[in-house]
Amino acid sequence: MEAWLLVAQLATLALILAVLHRPLGDYLAWTFTSAKHLRLERGLYRVVGVDPFGEQSWGAYLKGVLAVSLVGVLFVYALQRLQAVLPYSLGLPAVPEGLSFNTAVSFVTNTNWQSYSPEVTMGYTVQLAGLAVQNFVSAGVGLAVAVALIRGFSRRSTGTLGNFWVDLTRALLRILLPLAVVSSIVLLAGGVIQNLNGFTEVTTLTGGTATVPGGPVASQEAIKLLGNNGGGFFNVNSAHPFENPTPWTNLFQIVLMLAIPFSLPRAFGRMVGDNRQGYAILAAMGTLFVVSLAALTTFEILGAGTGPQLAGGAMEGKEQRFGIAASTLFATTSTITSTGAVNSMHDSYTSLGGMMTLFNIMLGEIAPGGIGAGLYGMLVIAIITVFIAGLLVGRTPEYLGKKLGPREIKLASLYILATPTLVLVGTALSFAVPAIRDDVESTSIWNPGLHGFTEVLYAFTSAANNNGSAFAGLTANTPWFNTALGVAMLLGRFIPIVLVLALAGSLAAQGSVPVTAGTLPTHRPQFVGLLVGVVLIVVALTYFPVLALGPLAEGLPR
Amino acid sequence: MATTRGFARPYGVALRYLLVATAALGIVYPVVILGIGQLALPAQANGSLVSVGGEPVGSALIGQSFADEDGEALPEWFQSRPSAAGYDGGASAGSNYGPENPDFIAEIEARRAAIAESDGVSADDIPVDALTASGSGLDPHISPEYAYQQVARVAGARGLDETAVRGLVEAAVQGRDLGYLGEPVVDVLELNVALSQLGS
Repeated sequence: MEAWLLVAQLATLALILAVLHRPLGDYLAWTFTSAKHLRLERGLYRVVGVDPFGEQSWGAYLKGVLAVSLVGVLFVYALQRLQAVLPYSLGLPAVPEGLSFNTAVSFVTNTNWQSYSPEVTMGYTVQLAGLAVQNFVSAGVGLAVAVALIRGFSRRSTGTLGNFWVDLTRALLRILLPLAVVSSIVLLAGGVIQNLNGFTEVTTLTGGTATVPGGPVASQEAIKLLGNNGGGFFNVNSAHPFENPTPWTNLFQIVLMLAIPFSLPRAFGRMVGDNRQGYAILAAMGTLFVVSLAALTTFEILGAGTGPQLAGGAMEGKEQRFGIAASTLFATTSTITSTGAVNSMHDSYTSLGGMMTLFNIMLGEIAPGGIGAGLYGMLVIAIITVFIAGLLVGRTPEYLGKKLGPREIKLASLYILATPTLVLVGTALSFAVPAIRDDVESTSIWNPGLHGFTEVLYAFTSAANNNGSAFAGLTANTPWFNTALGVAMLLGRFIPIVLVLALAGSLAAQGSVPVTAGTLPTHRPQFVGLLVGVVLIVVALTYFPVLALGPLAEGLPR
Repeated sequence: MATTRGFARPYGVALRYLLVATAALGIVYPVVILGIGQLALPAQANGSLVSVGGEPVGSALIGQSFADEDGEALPEWFQSRPSAAGYDGGASAGSNYGPENPDFIAEIEARRAAIAESDGVSADDIPVDALTASGSGLDPHISPEYAYQQVARVAGARGLDETAVRGLVEAAVQGRDLGYLGEPVVDVLELNVALSQLGS
């Protein structure tokens, strides 16, 4: 029964995305190629002091990315530290230093890892003026970097990649804001709240009291999903009935998470002048998504493990209105897009089910990945794939008319090494340094045994890949985790961005190589298969040992 | 290329950019949505409150505990699912128990025994939602099976006819959205409101 519910849901989702991706993808491509600036945009450029016609080298483009991110971190940090004197703070005190650092980094890097419980930590002003603004801006930055990489492929013999401020502005004004307004209203209609009521006490039928929380949730919820941010207004995120009240809002939220990431390959195809190239990328993303979803759902329906078997099903941490199928579809979408929202508690999933959510993040957030970041991540894997195929047949690899020489391959290789290094080093330090290990085991880990190891592995995997979901039993509001995860989020965001922009710069500087009989076609099923294969081999080789220590050891039948 | 000259230049631009973005996206946008919500969809925007005699008794979307001050379940009310948050609307939380956690296993056993006794049913027949805590700790729903299971206890405690109470449950069962999204549910607060009006 659950399996059929999943198939019906997935079919609905596929239909919606099939209808949506063409107009949205074409609109995305048009947005970033149109020569015209809107009147509102021209006004903005004057106010902030930007020449919208000033083309930037990859270095200058990168400076813009780093500047807006650094200023964002400082601003969100300051807001939290000043919370006690800000209006609409619900009487909450200033957020402590370590937590403020972690949270500022988390929202600026599009991660939205939350070491805190929002309803008892963050007032409305910090949520709106600090966190929600970064939900928009960090998503816009991701889109801009992806567009710069696409221009690297589509441009010839040039030193420039476009203008970062123009790309960011268009991402915000023409794409994210209009979609967020419409989505907020849909969510409102479904029962998501939008008020400034604080916490209301009511007298219940039994004569006791109950608390009804308030808050400007709908506006935040829309961009949380559209921008693949994932930071909840409430502690339990999209499991909270005021964030995600019904099964249909649940499906709507899933569509919001996937709409832009699954439309970007279409935009990519348009911008490089060959739609088939975009569809090959889309096919690889879609294949990984469906296979992963099927695996996770199967594990949850089987409900292996002592607790689920005893209870009669894997419903701990899941909402009755969603059941298993609507929970696993959300969990797969959220972990494989870098969103990190949850509508059920991943820590309470079966051992192998929980491993699938972890595995999705380990894929590197590319199937389809986060907004912008997913596409540039997949294009880097495509470069590696072409390189490996080139080695097999002994030809110089080319992709989309660009030669992939030592410089390009070095940059791509560093890209795929960066986040795994952060994940594995962070996890290893947590257990190898005695003082840290004592603190991690006594304070942070919630579940005993192998599951506790997986909680720590999940935290670093989530942070370094900018996902933000958690095995939330872990108490992460400690000096070690606030600092180490903060560093992992920063490096996991900006090392890849530096490498991608450098790659874009070196591709744009090249001319174009003509297609010959020896060129590997990159739009056919054969290439899609190769691409999926390379993704799986890279991930398996990198992470198998550490998965064997945690979820595999816990979940394999004994 | 005037925009990129010098080291400090992008930081000045970034600061001004962020201030404009904060005004537009951090203030104007949520306030516009606030206005739309309060004017066009006030019931939803304010939390789908349920009232009895003009006084709000809770939200249809936020689960409640129907227990006495010591946390003992009151037999005359339909009971919600177990909650790791104690149904505190100010602090949503799941249990985050892993599948092999001994505390989790002990809690399932304890709940099973308690419900079998209170509802007078076989320990093997208790629905999974009655034995497991939800993700939010504020789940407003139970499965129709769990609601039907509680009919005899509730009717007995109130001295009501079982058929009448069963009728309330039947009326309260909501099917899947569009027939295939999510699971069938019963909203416990709405059912208990109907129950309180039946008794009066």
